[in-house]
Amino acid sequence: MLKRRIIPCLDIKDGRTVKGVNFINLIDAGDPVELAKVYVKQGADELVFLDITATIENRKALAVLVERIAAEINIPFTVGGGIDTVNDVSILIKAGADKVTVNSSAVRRPELISEIAGQFGSQCIVAAIDTKIIDNEWIVVVDGGRTPTELRTVNWALNVEELGAGEILLTSMNNDGTKSGFSLDITAQVSRSVNIPVIASGGAGSMEHFSQVFFNTECSAALAASIFHFGEMDIRELKKYLKHQGIAIR
Amino acid sequence: MIAIVKYSAGNIKSVQNALIRLGYKSIITDDPSELISSEKVIFPGVGEASSAMLYLRERGLDRIILSLKQPVLGICLGLQLMCRFSEEGETKCLGVFDTDVRLFPPVDKIPHMGWNNCLTMKGDLFKGLTINNDLYYVHSYYAEISTCTVATCDYILPFSAAMQQGNFYATQFHPEKSAETGEKILKNFLEL
Repeated sequence: MLKRRIIPCLDIKDGRTVKGVNFINLIDAGDPVELAKVYVKQGADELVFLDITATIENRKALAVLVERIAAEINIPFTVGGGIDTVNDVSILIKAGADKVTVNSSAVRRPELISEIAGQFGSQCIVAAIDTKIIDNEWIVVVDGGRTPTELRTVNWALNVEELGAGEILLTSMNNDGTKSGFSLDITAQVSRSVNIPVIASGGAGSMEHFSQVFFNTECSAALAASIFHFGEMDIRELKKYLKHQGIAIR
Repeated sequence: MIAIVKYSAGNIKSVQNALIRLGYKSIITDDPSELISSEKVIFPGVGEASSAMLYLRERGLDRIILSLKQPVLGICLGLQLMCRFSEEGETKCLGVFDTDVRLFPPVDKIPHMGWNNCLTMKGDLFKGLTINNDLYYVHSYYAEISTCTVATCDYILPFSAAMQQGNFYATQFHPEKSAETGEKILKNFLEL
């Protein structure tokens, strides 16, 4: 049986993980590769690295980092942040990334998704969608949630599928950072509407939140950042808990 | 020396990285003499079937691959190209395995993406493993089960997770991305 995936997300700035970590015995807690190795050992199913600075100088640092990750990590990983062109993608794929994720740039220029899918295949392109409730409606937001768009979230999700995205990373900005649980509402709507895998993101604070999103939506994976970084939740413990709940987990 | 077949498909380097982690030297090449003289050949790939076959034919690599006598391991698209025919781009393939490649019917999410276990497994590649060990898949097309099938997986329907015919081996999953289980399978192949 295909398993539901648990995906830790690492925020990268100048080649280092941004959020503090307190794993014991980590030689360099800010080194994303060291942190990634801990997650792999704990049983993470995939990893996502997001470059939150994404300036031109940092692109080179990111490519070097991706090469190091690819050399040391034996599970699939996605890289994103500031990808505007097929050339940006090409550099990251050549460095060893399995998938890339695009967000605001695809909202501004949707053809970017089909260009990437055309050159590297759909399996390579994860469309990240940030969403927020505005006037009782789930709307796509860009620029880290600051700028609302005219797009309704489910419509945009269907659109990115049509354009050739292989997967959707759906983040509810209403839930992100609250630790109050994933948005079951929009995650259920989107994962029911599209025929590609959906990764639920935003709001994970407890193990129950993961079982809720897996029980109540058709999402294929759940992503979280801070609860893993700060050592609040061990991925092994989480997966043991989810298995015990009867959810298909590796 | 292990040769990794260089062609238009992406992420070949991840196979090389996995070999380095296991302590094996490899070259990525489309030079026929290097392919023929290597101890083992890995034929990896993520990509589209018709353009990949075109690339192989233009360089005569289709005939070279078929003529190889050492152990050959196809991975993902590599497995599909070693079948007779693929629905992807209506492509005539290498025909090592006497079976065809079809698109999953759209009754569940496509691609089949993530970790899945085998329903059955046998043979050299799976020494030391059990059907409870999950492997990483990402594919929209699958090879039908045939007499060459040595492992089966179920997603939407049962399909070939791995095949073997003489010195030709192939996996639909990505051993290079399947953590320790995948490393064990690569090691089993490298130690053949």
